[in-house]
Amino acid sequence: MANLKELSKRQEPLTGGHRLCPGCGASIVVRQVLLASKDPVVVVSATGCLEVSTTIFPYAAWKVPFLHNAFENAAATMSGVEAYYQFLKRKGKTSQHINFVAFGGDGGTYDIGLQSLSGAMERGHDFTYVCYNNQAYMNTGIQRSSATPKGANTTTEPAGKVKQGKTMSRKDLTEIMVAHDLPYVAQATVGNWADLTRKAEKAFSIRGPKFMNVLQPCRLGWAYKPEDTAAIGRIAAETCFWPLYEVENGIYKITKPREKKPVAEFLKTQERFRHLFKPGNEKIIEDIQADVDRRWQALLAKEEMTAKAAK
Amino acid sequence: MVKVVAKTGNEAMAEAMRQINPDVVAAYPITPATEIVMIFAKYVADGLVDTEFVAVESEHSAMSACVGASAAGGRVMTGTSSQGLVYMYEILPIASSLRLPIVMCDVNRAISGPINIHCDHSDTMAAQDFGWIQMFSENSQEAYDGLIQAIRIAEDPRLRLPTMVTTDGFIISHCMDKIELLDDADVKNFIGAERKAADSLLNLDKPVTIGLIDLQDYYFEHRCQVADAMKNAKQVILEVADEFAKKFGRKYGLIDGYLLDDAEYVVVALGSTCGTAKVVVDEMRAKGVKAGLLKIRVFRPFPAEEIAAALSKAKAVAILDRSDTWSAQGGHVFTEVRSGMFDLKARPKMINYIYGLGGREINLEHLRQVFGDLQNVDKQPLVQYLGVRE
Repeated sequence: MANLKELSKRQEPLTGGHRLCPGCGASIVVRQVLLASKDPVVVVSATGCLEVSTTIFPYAAWKVPFLHNAFENAAATMSGVEAYYQFLKRKGKTSQHINFVAFGGDGGTYDIGLQSLSGAMERGHDFTYVCYNNQAYMNTGIQRSSATPKGANTTTEPAGKVKQGKTMSRKDLTEIMVAHDLPYVAQATVGNWADLTRKAEKAFSIRGPKFMNVLQPCRLGWAYKPEDTAAIGRIAAETCFWPLYEVENGIYKITKPREKKPVAEFLKTQERFRHLFKPGNEKIIEDIQADVDRRWQALLAKEEMTAKAAK
Repeated sequence: MVKVVAKTGNEAMAEAMRQINPDVVAAYPITPATEIVMIFAKYVADGLVDTEFVAVESEHSAMSACVGASAAGGRVMTGTSSQGLVYMYEILPIASSLRLPIVMCDVNRAISGPINIHCDHSDTMAAQDFGWIQMFSENSQEAYDGLIQAIRIAEDPRLRLPTMVTTDGFIISHCMDKIELLDDADVKNFIGAERKAADSLLNLDKPVTIGLIDLQDYYFEHRCQVADAMKNAKQVILEVADEFAKKFGRKYGLIDGYLLDDAEYVVVALGSTCGTAKVVVDEMRAKGVKAGLLKIRVFRPFPAEEIAAALSKAKAVAILDRSDTWSAQGGHVFTEVRSGMFDLKARPKMINYIYGLGGREINLEHLRQVFGDLQNVDKQPLVQYLGVRE
């Protein structure tokens, strides 16, 4: 894996001066993923925070080729880009290897873009789809998505006098992508840069469709101090709220925390969960903990099972 | 050498696509356009084309992939119909705004609901405002010739506008017709070996950012650039048609007249109905009635001046619409033609017939009725539904 010194010498893919919030995790995801590529990259982005904040005409923050089409179709758009590249390669018009990377937020990936993503992954296009997952529609003002976790306060499922934020658990898109039998699927978080860089390098070393689900703390929507972004990403992994793992050709490999912390350690860092700590809401935190534990146990079982099958 | 063959509209369009040999085709099946894609997929499987074929999971993704491939610099085509085109609507204006010369075969079919698979023009007409050039075809030959010309038109550096060429679902798409094919080499020479893109997403030496967000300070100017390109489109379409006529003998205009020069009673129509109308025009002429037909081949850009000039001497004009605007003021073609005629000093009386929705047949008797009505035009309502049961 490239070390920090090597990464620091690579071409900067995204310049400063863009209009993302101070402390935003999205630009961290973009830079850590793209810097992991030794080869040229071409980027497609869904509509969302990342796109609107980095491409306000006549200014563009991208130092690498970048295309935005619409909200729900980053994967389908990349299918076309990659198809033309395959045409050029087949006709001997280029031999340059390019890593194609599509970025979408959780709204553009889990919800409105799920069909486009599923189709592109099934067709086997050679690109890496990276979901910068901040667990709500942050660009339009913190509306709930199917990635929003249970109990979170959002503007379309707010905590009120009789409701305590989102009632449903989040969709597990990483497992949906695993079910597509992709050569590589990974979960990572902002704040674990070495893990994210290594996974991006791994994705770029594999030909075919790859999917990375990167939990991206959002200082605006999760409501915390801008300087806490990386620390909150780390505690998401340490509590197993967001386990770090990868699935290569169906074989699970988990990066386990040294000590699995209670999920409340993660929840209490953010205003979006503050109402859960009011008296009378203890059961909700217990339910969230039970949900995290159940998913964690299932993940461990999958790792064990697929390791056995591999032997 | 002229090669005369029998082909359906879909076969003719697929044959044109084989000869065009696009770099990327992304498409999804929908009746009655499916066959074009099926035939083309077999060409791919048999190695008859060099195309990268992307069998997407929806029309929305088809148009999205076309945008990606075209932004990357490719010569890109697709085909669809009806609900498929409707599903693409969100991306159609993005394609024109990004000035991507995507070429589409659009087989006209009614839009739901109720669901219906047969011909009317509702799908294309509802897409009239998305910055695409739209060319209708009277028969398979026009569809074949039009598709080949569309590549040149769309890719012209003065335009760089996406272009759709339509046929009437089943009436043209599935009916066998005699057509003259061009040689593969002639098609290749006519369209040029490859697209010459101004910018490419894959140009690593000059990274470009495509699809930026435009706010109050730039959006308007960029949209007006599409309007300017569309203003240039009439000239480019005619230049391409002239070159085509010189090389291959078949001449096309923005509009085409049939016994129009001295006509007093004129029917205006698009697509396959023009063939039926010509028969009735001949009948009327035999009876001494000065009847004529004006066929609109290019609907976007709209050839208003040409139409106004062609209709200026008529006494009464019936404009036939195979779609409704649901404005309670007539169909799409009527509204446009009537507006285009407004500045004439002396205007003919104009009436509108909405006909053939959902594939309802229009036959000679219907057109005889229309020409009969035109001779008593003052007694006619502004808008009538032709062939509908009371």
